[in-house]
Amino acid sequence: MHPIVRLVLQRVGLGLVLLLAVSVLIFLGTEALPGDVAQAILGQSATPESLANLREQLGLNVPATTRYFNWLWGILHGDLGTSLTNGSDIAADIGKRLGNTLFLAFWAAVIAVPLAIGLGLVAVRYRNRWPDRLISGMTLATISLPEFVVGYIVMYLLTVKVQLFSPIATISDGMTLGEKLYTIALPVLVLVLVVLAHMMRMTRAAILNVMQSAYIETAELKGLRPFKIIARHAFPNAIAPVVNVVMLNLAYLVVGVVVVEVVFVYPGMGQYLVDHVSKRDVPVVQACGLIFAAVYIGLNILADVISILANPRLRHPK
Amino acid sequence: MLDIAGKPLLDIRNLKIGATVYPPGERPRDVTLVHGVSLTVEKGKVLGLIGESGAGKSTIGLASMAYGRGGVRITGGEVFVNGRDILKGGTAGLRALRGREVTYVSQSAAASFNPAKRLMEQVIESCLTHGVMPKAEAEKRAVTLFRKLGLPNPETFGDRYPHQVSGGQLQRAMTAMALCPKPDLVVFDEPTTALDVTTQIDVLMAIKEAIRDTGVAALYITHDLAVVAQVSDDIMVLRNGKTVEWGTTDQIINAPREPYTQALVSVRSHEHPEKPPAAEPVLTVEAVTARYRSVPIDVLKNVSVEIAPGRTLAVVGESGSGKSTLARAITGLLPPTRGRIRFAGRQLSNDLAGRTKDDLREMQMIYQMADVAMNPRQTVGTIIGRPLEFYFGLRGAERDKRVQELLDQIEMGKGFADRYPAELSGGQKQRVCIARSLAAKPKLIICDEVTSALDPLVAEGILKLLLDLQAQENVAYLFITHDLATVRAIADSIAVMYKGEVVRYGPKSDVLAPPFDNYTDLLLSSVPEMRLGWLEEVIAHRKMESAGN
Amino acid sequence: MSRIPLSALIGLFLTGTFFFVAIFAQWLGPYGLNEIAGDVWEEPSRTFLLGTDTVGRDLLSRMIYGAQVTIFIATMATILSFVTGSILGFSAAVIGGWYDQVLSRLVDLFMSIPSLILALVILSVMQVSIPVLIIVMGLLDSTRVYRLARAVAVDIAVMDYVEAAKLRGEGTGWIIFREILPNALSPLVAELGLRFIFAVLFVSTLSFLGLGVQPPLADWGGIVKENKDGLVYGISAALLPAFAIAALAISVNLVADWVLNRTTSLKGGRGA
Repeated sequence: MHPIVRLVLQRVGLGLVLLLAVSVLIFLGTEALPGDVAQAILGQSATPESLANLREQLGLNVPATTRYFNWLWGILHGDLGTSLTNGSDIAADIGKRLGNTLFLAFWAAVIAVPLAIGLGLVAVRYRNRWPDRLISGMTLATISLPEFVVGYIVMYLLTVKVQLFSPIATISDGMTLGEKLYTIALPVLVLVLVVLAHMMRMTRAAILNVMQSAYIETAELKGLRPFKIIARHAFPNAIAPVVNVVMLNLAYLVVGVVVVEVVFVYPGMGQYLVDHVSKRDVPVVQACGLIFAAVYIGLNILADVISILANPRLRHPK
Repeated sequence: MLDIAGKPLLDIRNLKIGATVYPPGERPRDVTLVHGVSLTVEKGKVLGLIGESGAGKSTIGLASMAYGRGGVRITGGEVFVNGRDILKGGTAGLRALRGREVTYVSQSAAASFNPAKRLMEQVIESCLTHGVMPKAEAEKRAVTLFRKLGLPNPETFGDRYPHQVSGGQLQRAMTAMALCPKPDLVVFDEPTTALDVTTQIDVLMAIKEAIRDTGVAALYITHDLAVVAQVSDDIMVLRNGKTVEWGTTDQIINAPREPYTQALVSVRSHEHPEKPPAAEPVLTVEAVTARYRSVPIDVLKNVSVEIAPGRTLAVVGESGSGKSTLARAITGLLPPTRGRIRFAGRQLSNDLAGRTKDDLREMQMIYQMADVAMNPRQTVGTIIGRPLEFYFGLRGAERDKRVQELLDQIEMGKGFADRYPAELSGGQKQRVCIARSLAAKPKLIICDEVTSALDPLVAEGILKLLLDLQAQENVAYLFITHDLATVRAIADSIAVMYKGEVVRYGPKSDVLAPPFDNYTDLLLSSVPEMRLGWLEEVIAHRKMESAGN
Repeated sequence: MSRIPLSALIGLFLTGTFFFVAIFAQWLGPYGLNEIAGDVWEEPSRTFLLGTDTVGRDLLSRMIYGAQVTIFIATMATILSFVTGSILGFSAAVIGGWYDQVLSRLVDLFMSIPSLILALVILSVMQVSIPVLIIVMGLLDSTRVYRLARAVAVDIAVMDYVEAAKLRGEGTGWIIFREILPNALSPLVAELGLRFIFAVLFVSTLSFLGLGVQPPLADWGGIVKENKDGLVYGISAALLPAFAIAALAISVNLVADWVLNRTTSLKGGRGA
């Protein structure tokens, strides 16, 4: 087997093991913490009968390992269980919402990624001049603002001061693509702002790192034009770190989505999760947590795999 | 290109180079690196630029391509190449110059090749960019150069990626890259410094022949006078950005005028008279074998050596020979898997944890990089005082007095005890490390390449100090080095190591006298000697290929 | 003094002011935390310098008490994460072996899930109170401190001066506290700032989602949540705590940046 195939398989395998461990962690986090789940859900004033009923319903009378394997078995067959609060099938509820969330994240990524890379290049080109300083200033501002604050500032400016958009982004199946895009414009804008600065700064660092390599100096001393230096010598080596940056930030987008959905009352996974955390609907929280973690881990694996593939040392072994 | 009769190819007049430095916690300020240096290189001639670190030699070399590394910039003077002042040519003029008229070979070819491209593509790139010749012809020329430079499989060598070939081969490939577009001048910037001594000689010979065969002119930059003497027609000695002396190679080597040049020429010629072995050895290493965890190969194989009190055993070898591993095995950092170590009449535990405080105290160690061998957050007083406190329980004024005595012993005088390592020069740092080991009143000091990172004159001072201290304190040294000149200057007995084994061992006079085994012959003959024509002689008499091929 | 850049001075001053307000909130707040003193959403005036909130409480007073709660939780969580993370990180670096392997893999596991998601999962079954918040936030964040402390300590532990100390026969205590710690301090102090900011943002986000500080107490995130409905009517009360969060985060950042720069310039002490 080509060593690179083995490395990629190893990395993916490791990711799957990690995901399994995460499922244990989420299960433990909700069922094995100090205190009684049923008590926590019903509160201090619950009657012994209702507590016993809930324990029965949650299957708390069965050993934890059995419950875990039943849960895992169900998930592997697409059965995420039923919601405690309204008894509906969680998989069905999540299905549509996951689509909505991915729709939102997709458009945010489509805008943010090229913009961040472009601006990162600008920052490198004008290093230590005003465009670069502006970008590092913006980064400082965005890492100092929580997502919901960015959300409300944008909302205040674009729905109240300038009445361009509606503050509530409710989309439904009947809408055309254009209508949907108009509706999600604000949350997309907020998500872009949230990840843009980080992605720019990391792209800048990755490209600068490559540009300071000795082989770029060699290219300069060959009398190549700046464009050729970037295209032929910097770009092939910058792909891996930049893709890595993009993937890590997309993983970060997963977290941003949770809060932004709440701010704009967007019917996605994030809002669903937060709603059911307040209602202490444990099965829903477990399912959502696992899905978010899976997406996050998946993007991280993808970032690593791309790094492996882009490394000439691994692609052309000795 | 332009053939202007009587005009030199490269003519640098009153060159001044400056840079902006950013000292921590202070305002940035401008410094001058080169103070008005003038030089010329005739067509087809080689000028050697020599000097210690900070002499400005690389900076001047790059200035002949109007290039400044980092924040370095040319602040005054003129640089004529083929009669044109390249500082006035603008960026388009510079692009036409670089990679066409003047090319560059760096110290670290491994970093200077793009890891993502095949070698051939990079070697012929200048030819294509400047339209020197069509692709097919350029590739043919590259193969010819590969062959001339002694690269293996020259036909297919260019198909490989940089990480697939060795360091010595990359250095040759970079030379091929520089020669490919038929330049008028090549700047060689310490091209053999990073190589092992036996590899260096091959690369040096390859470069010399390539220069001769192509008739190209060259600036050859190095810190090693013996090396530059082999390849250059003229030599310029630089110090602190100023010219010290400029003359023919013959004159500089055989009749240096300036005291500084004289010191550089004589630096390697010190010979330490061998002391007769004493009766009872202080350290006996018996058949020691060692390996690193998770590597299933013995890095030390059955090594046996001994050192007498007040004597020096030099352990010589190239990188990977196991000489530093031997030091780790003796100190107990890497417990030997087999063999025994006797020290000061006692059997030492193989493991560090099993040794007594006296075992530890009597065996001290000095490292190659003095700046990482001292805690940057401790003052010199603390660094030297700690062993006094730890081993002898000295405190307060008593300790300070002893610290000062030790500082006097290493010729550093008053006022150093309160300084931090960052405030010392390279030579001073190494002296403090010596004082720290002396503080323990050791019977044996293990010196691991302690002069390798220092400039030659500073290194000479350290060697002298070590010899003086040995005479005063009757301490034994285990002196690890790759440099045979250093061995001559300090050793009483020598162990030559190769691939984890001691291949030759005995008193200095025996080890350095023929008949030699093949490896010792190769190693001894590879050490550049400061005389003209040495390189050719050596190549003609070799018995064994260097390890780097 | 001349060595401290202006940005760091501003940062130090603002951070100091925030902490002063937080500590002396009881004396500084003109009205009580939950005292209904005026009408709903009054404009700023002499009596209510920043106006009133969604039920007519003085916004300035709530902001001041909110500062106390926010900064208290963030500080305690940061201390917890630092103590846990750096002790475990240093000991992993020095002890190594199985101890290091088990801890490091466990930390990898925790860091493979976004903190917010994991916190939501845990808080879904816990009665949310301030100690619970501090413990959950502090322990989740200690994974990051662990990674940094371990990496820094591993870097230092392989230095020749640490080896020299081992060869001298020094004990683990001297090696950790006299050789490693003084050299690890600067990067850790800079990280302290960043972890504090993260804790402020984290607790604010949780409270905003309704899963952090519970009424009758209020922190800045909670005040945003209470007043967010006013935004659509053009009442900007919700933006005030938002700006306070940003101002605190930026000023701590300025200080941390300065400390970090000092560290790197010490490390790269070879100069030009």
